[in-house]
Amino acid sequence: MSSDFQKISQDGLWTNNVALVQLLGLCPLLAVTGTFINGLGLGIATLLTLVLSNASVSIIRHWVRPEIRIPVFVLIIASIVTTIEMLMHAWFSELYYILGIFIPLIVTNCSIIARAESFAVKNPILPSVIDGFMMGIGFLAVLVLLGGLREIIGFGTLFDYSHLMFGEAARDWTIAIEDYRGFLLAVLPPGAFIGLGLLIAVKNAIDLKKTKTQTVTLQTAEQNA
Amino acid sequence: MNKQVFITSIILTLFAVIGGGLVAFTEKSTAAQIQFNEKQSLLRTLNTIIPSTQYDNDITQSTITIAASPHLGTDKESVVYVAMKNKKPVAFIFNAIAPNGYNGKIYLLVGIYTDGRIAGTRVVKHRETPGLGDAIEERRSDWILGFNNHSLDSLSEKQWKVNRDGGEFDQFTGATITPRAVVKAVHQSLLYFNANKQQLLESASTSASNGEG
Repeated sequence: MSSDFQKISQDGLWTNNVALVQLLGLCPLLAVTGTFINGLGLGIATLLTLVLSNASVSIIRHWVRPEIRIPVFVLIIASIVTTIEMLMHAWFSELYYILGIFIPLIVTNCSIIARAESFAVKNPILPSVIDGFMMGIGFLAVLVLLGGLREIIGFGTLFDYSHLMFGEAARDWTIAIEDYRGFLLAVLPPGAFIGLGLLIAVKNAIDLKKTKTQTVTLQTAEQNA
Repeated sequence: MNKQVFITSIILTLFAVIGGGLVAFTEKSTAAQIQFNEKQSLLRTLNTIIPSTQYDNDITQSTITIAASPHLGTDKESVVYVAMKNKKPVAFIFNAIAPNGYNGKIYLLVGIYTDGRIAGTRVVKHRETPGLGDAIEERRSDWILGFNNHSLDSLSEKQWKVNRDGGEFDQFTGATITPRAVVKAVHQSLLYFNANKQQLLESASTSASNGEG
């Protein structure tokens, strides 16, 4: 059983990463990753949605007939996202104003219905929740990484506007590079595409290196035999 | 067959009711907080234009509704916030729109003291180029503070322009259209205030007495 969970985690975080491999949910991914904090905010909201929707879909998987499963999934996801949107508006209002339309747009993030359809509907609650969590963390990691990179290169700061999420005490968290004039391209939409492309390239390079080492060890093993 | 359709639709309805119920419940329990946040956020913005020490009324409630005006760039009724001290108007804060930004409209709040000086200006919403035109935001640069205390008397009509057009206000490297639009909108707001000053003061004192009653 534990090796199962390990596989689910590895799938969500790396092998089948929502943003880097499945390339789902790119619209919010590219649009809000101007800063680290924006990425974190949207990432957490998406993570919550994924966990809750996977859990609900898994709970009801025996009652729902296959013919109406899609409308039921859509209903569930839409209700969850609307609830999260209102909670954010109430408790993190400034961050809510910045993320704006991209919070309600989580409804249309294909990765959520994809996980419901391809995983949660066939699996018990615990694995479904773990799957949602790991997929969410994988997506969040890319959002935060891309957001952080674009913020550093584009504005020369990191963790700017942390107070939107962590309260007034976090105002001092901002790290700024002295005398940095900023690099506009990174902040503009093309910067998001280039950044994501580079991240995917890095991931593929790491994977390639791994398989190479594996083949080499295999070959040496054969030669020795 | 008919029975199956019936059961299926019952299940679907059930989920719609549960989902709707969840949303309705959250809406009800967060409504007050959301309203409070919106008011606080408005108050914070207004306070950056006129410090809270300069007035003593509930500025978010003390408003005048004015008709659409080409000077303010508005095409429908808009709200003016009135700052008062000891029941006398101190400043008016207008919602103004610069229609000719580089990327569409730029929404501004323009605060004007009753003596015709600019109390402060802030950009509320815009879609100008990040890194170039967004220097009109206070968090990006001090440029927007350059309007403070200027009036129609302190600068002539020719000076109410960006440097490149022979005026007093800086443009940004790589972005002239954005500051030009903002300078024009602020100047137009002053012209509006000048033309309607008497009426605004009268409405302000009526709304004040209404507020007491």
